Amino acid sequence: MVGVFFTYFALVSIAAGVLTVTLRHPVHCALSLLVLLMHVSGLFILLNAEFLWAVQVIVYVGAILVLYLFVLMLMNLKTDERYFHQSALYVLGPAILGASYVLYNLLRSPFDGAKGDTPAAVVLQDGDTYAVGIKMFSDHLLQFEIVGIFLLGAVIGAIVLAKTPKQLDTERERS
Amino acid sequence: MIPLSAYTAVSAVLFIIGLMGVLVRRNFIIVLLSVEIMMNAANINLVAFSHYLESMAGQLVALFIIAIAAGEAAVGLAIIIVVFRGKISTNVDEMNLLKW
Repeated sequence: MVGVFFTYFALVSIAAGVLTVTLRHPVHCALSLLVLLMHVSGLFILLNAEFLWAVQVIVYVGAILVLYLFVLMLMNLKTDERYFHQSALYVLGPAILGASYVLYNLLRSPFDGAKGDTPAAVVLQDGDTYAVGIKMFSDHLLQFEIVGIFLLGAVIGAIVLAKTPKQLDTERERS
Repeated sequence: MIPLSAYTAVSAVLFIIGLMGVLVRRNFIIVLLSVEIMMNAANINLVAFSHYLESMAGQLVALFIIAIAAGEAAVGLAIIIVVFRGKISTNVDEMNLLKW
C-alpha cells in the first residue's frame, strides 16, 4: 500500500516538475508547481513527517506560491515566442548523461550510517510536532534565532526594494 | 518498505529538472520557480535521511530551508517588480544592468 502511494507521489511530482520547466505560459508553470508541492508534501507524510507536511502546505503552497502567482498576474507577462535559451539543446544532452550516471550510482549505493536518537517508535509516541519542537528549542535554538533575524532582514529588504522611489527633482524645484 | 535509494532517486531527478529549468528558461520568474523545485528536492532528501537514520536533525534543516525559501521568494519577487517597473524585460538574457 505504501509502495503504491510512493509510486503515485513520485511519478506525479516528477511529471509536474517537467511541466513546470517546459510549459509556455508562466501561470501554467506556477500551477504545475502547485501540483508538485502538494505531492512532495505527500512524500513527507509517507516519511512520518506530518509537521513538515503541514508546514509545506501552509507556507509553501499557501504563502510562497500565492506570492508568485500574485506577482505573475500583477505583471501580466506576455508569453514569448522563444521561451527557451538558444543554447538549450547543448545543455540537454550532458544533463541526461549526468542524470543517468547519478541515478545509477544512487540506486547501487547502500546508504547506511550511524543511527540517531529518535527512532520511529519515539516519533509516533508523541507525534512528529512534539519531537520537532523538543529538538528545535533545545539543540537548535541558535539556528532558530538566526532564521528569525534572516526573515526580518528579508522583509525589510523586500520593502526597501519594492518601494516606489521618491521624485527628488520635483521637490528640489519646489523649494 | 520503500528503500532509501528510491527517495534519493526521486530527489535527484527533481533536482536535475530544477537545474535544467534554471539553465534553459529565459523568464526570470520561471527561473525562481525552478529554484523552488531544487529546494524541494533537497527537502525530500533531508527528510528521507532523517527517517531512515532515525535522527530529527534532517527535518529541522528542512524546516529552516522552507523559511529561507520564503525569504528568497520575497526578495526575488521584489527585485522582479523593480526591474519590471523600469520597463526592462524580465528575460534573464536581456537583464544586464550590472554588467560592464
